[in-house]
Order: sequence, then structure tokens, then C-alpha cells
Amino acid sequence: MTYIVVLMAITKREAFRFLQQKGRFVSALVRPLVWLFVFAAGFRAALGLSIMPPYQTYIQYETYIVPGLCGMILLFNGMQSSFSLIYDREMGSMKLLFTSPLPRWWLLLCKLIGSVFVSLLQVYVFLFITFLYGIRIPEIGYLTAFPAFIVAGFLMGSLGLFLSSFIRQLENFAGVMNFIIFPMFFLSSALYPLWKMSESSKLLHDICVLNPFTHAVELIRFALYGQWNSSAFLITMCAAIVFFGLAEWGYNPTKVSKKGNI
Amino acid sequence: MISVRNLDYFYGQKKALNHVNFDIDAGEFCALLGPNGAGKSTLFGMLSGLIASKSSTISLAGHDLVRDRKSALASLGIVFQQSTLDLDLSVLQNLKYFAALHGLTGRLAHRQIDKALDTLGLRERILEKVRTLNGGHRRRTEIARALIHQPAILLLDEATVGLDAETRSNITDYVHELSAKGMTVLWATHLTDEIRPSDRLLVLHRSSLLYDGQTSEFSSNPEVKFLEMTKNTE
Repeated sequence: MTYIVVLMAITKREAFRFLQQKGRFVSALVRPLVWLFVFAAGFRAALGLSIMPPYQTYIQYETYIVPGLCGMILLFNGMQSSFSLIYDREMGSMKLLFTSPLPRWWLLLCKLIGSVFVSLLQVYVFLFITFLYGIRIPEIGYLTAFPAFIVAGFLMGSLGLFLSSFIRQLENFAGVMNFIIFPMFFLSSALYPLWKMSESSKLLHDICVLNPFTHAVELIRFALYGQWNSSAFLITMCAAIVFFGLAEWGYNPTKVSKKGNI
Repeated sequence: MISVRNLDYFYGQKKALNHVNFDIDAGEFCALLGPNGAGKSTLFGMLSGLIASKSSTISLAGHDLVRDRKSALASLGIVFQQSTLDLDLSVLQNLKYFAALHGLTGRLAHRQIDKALDTLGLRERILEKVRTLNGGHRRRTEIARALIHQPAILLLDEATVGLDAETRSNITDYVHELSAKGMTVLWATHLTDEIRPSDRLLVLHRSSLLYDGQTSEFSSNPEVKFLEMTKNTE
């Protein structure tokens, strides 16, 4: 019971904080919308897409890019959450959290769930706007994609959690975002299909395949069309568990002691 | 109530605590004195489970901090040197959040929060955001928060830093009252006027425990010059 009470409290606090930061909500939406309205519109002419799973017919580039942009929201929000964790640590809130008489892994998981919850709100608002824009996804897709968003959000949040465990200052985090977010996003299937990537560079294609974000995007892509991509799910889930394990290790009190602060 | 054995701690190569041992009984008010950098905050970090070293043993209210972490931390109320309040939440929201972190909800949480608000004189401030409170009220909120789950042990790490003399005196008096009612208190400070002659005194200096005894007897101790030294740091 205590575990659930703590989960509810942390999730509520994360949601409350998110709602207070209206700028964060707007920027989280503007970013993918700019890609959709500007980048995709221009790119449509340059990139020809053949029929490929899960699509059963030719699709417009705007339709192709939607799962990647959902992934982008999850990716940025996962990093934003870890940014919040570093801020919490600098403000002392993490100390308070970790003196709660519950296992540290559970407290971190609660933080993660809170972050995923906030991500889901943003993703569905974005999907609603794409609907208004005229991009049609099977109605069932909005429902079947829900678990995919959770798993992908779990991956991004875990990665952010892991990064926050060894980044001491907010200033350092800005650099890491450039070295993590952009490579992860561009070296994935978010913007172009992998077969297209392999046409230009086999090496880049192989890097994309190794990138867990690629599999998170594919999981979302298939789920939006009511299909389950088992390999994408397994890879995304395994990567999420590994990153969460590393985060838990990073926040271990005996490890923290070597760095000098929590 | 608090038992500390072989507390060693390093920041990289730098030793922050060197083989510290002490016991504090139930209901005892124990002042922890030491200049900046003596290791007080490190000791508090270890007592609150935020940092740990494998060689050390800490027992709180009879519970080992490693083997029975849940019970040990449940017995602990902490006021950190650095404010840990959420500035964007109101006093009430901060207290509710903390109560939930200790598994308190519903009527029990409300009862405990009401009690803490009345005791610390925060009733008229409950809906104000912490950001708008002055330093004294923020500190009171932190103490109120530390007491919500009725801990057996209260740790205060330089809880009166930055406050005016009257507020410091009020908070010191209140914490002494809590101790008189049976709560074990460890009060870290580098302000000697906050310590009473009847208080137990621990003095940390250069990572080691320099003195452990009654404050009133400290002046007859060969290390008395140290006390003067800490005064001069003010």
C-alpha cells in the first residue's frame, strides 16, 4: 500500500510540475509540429517511399514521420525529466525523496512512471493535432499504440535517469543532450526507413540498427497500425531494463559517496 | 537510539570522516559541533542513508540502516542544511507530499499535518507557496515536515543558518522541548550559543571525533581552544 501511495504522490507531483511549466508543454509540441509542418512538407518531394510494413499502400511522408515524431516527444521528455532530476538534486529535493523508507529502485521507478505519464499526455495531444492536420491512422491504432508508448517512454526515461545519475551539474547536461538526443534521433528510422539509409551508407544503416531508439520507433509504428513488432518490443524493453539497472547502480549510496553528493 | 560504528568516508582520496564512533540514547539532545568542512554534513548524509560506506555500521532506533533500511529511515526525521522544500508548492502541498513519501494518506496524514502546522505556528501560511515565505517560515515548514511521521529521531543539520537571533532561539527552544518529551535529537551547528550546558556535545574536527561528553565539562577539556576557534569562524 505504501508503495502505491508513494507512486501516486510522485506522479502527481510530476504532473503538477509539468502543468505549471506551460512553456515546456508548448515547446514539447512545437518541436515535432515544426518537423511535421515544415520539414516533412519539403522532404516529401525528395523522398520516395515504397510500400513497406506495416503500411499496406503508398503513404505520404507526413504519415511516415508521425511515429518518429512521437518517439521524438518521448525522447525529449525523457531527457527533460532527467534535467528535472538534476535540478532536484541541486535544489535538495532528491535528498528528501531518498530518505523515504522505501527501496531506492522503487523511488526511481516512481520518478520514471511519473515521467512516462507526462510523456503520454504530450504524445496524445500531438496525435490529436496530426489528426486535425489530416493524417489518418486506423482508430484502433490510438489504442494499440498505448502500450508501445509506455515501453518506449520507459526506455527514454530510463536513459535519462541513467544520465542524470552521473551528471553532476545542469551545465554538463546541455552538452550531453547534444551528444545523446540528436545522434539517437537522426541515426534511427524516425525520419527515413532503414532500407533508404542502407542505400547511402551501410555503416550508418548498421549504427541505426544498433540504436535502441530505432526499435522504439518501429514498435510505435507497427502498434499505430494495430500490429505487434515482437523484435522491436524485446529490444526496446531489454534496453530500457539495462538503462534502468544502470541508473539504479548510479544512484547506489555507496557509489554516490565517491562523487561527493547525491 | 543512534549507534554509529567505524564511520569512515572518502571523497575520492580525501578523507571526510575518520573512524567515528558514538551512541546517543533515547530522549537525548546531542549537539554536533564543528567548523565548516569538519564532516558534519557527511555524517548526516550517512545517518540518513544518502551515502554509505561498506565498512561502517549505523543503527537507528535499533534498526540497521543497511539490513533494515525501511524501519531505520521510518524512525528518522531530517532537516537538511540546504532547503529541500519544493518552492512551487504551497506549505500544505509540501507537507502532504512528504507525508505520502512515508506512506501517510487520508485522515491520518491530515491529523499529523494539522498537528505540525499548529505546533510550528504555520496555520495561516498553509496555502502560500514556499517561494513567498521568509527564511524563518521555510525552516519551520521543514521542521514541521520532519515531524509529520512521528519519528523517534530528529536530525537537524545547521537548521538555523541564515535566521535572525529570535527565530534561532525559538527553534532551538522548540527542539529542546521535543527532546524533553523523549525524542532523540542530533543537532549539528557551528554556533556555540545554540548549545546548552546540559546538552551532550560531540565535536568533529578534521574528520575525527575530537570530544564526546557534556557541554558543561567541555571548557575543562584540553581541547577547549577549539571552541574559541569555532566562535571565531562566525
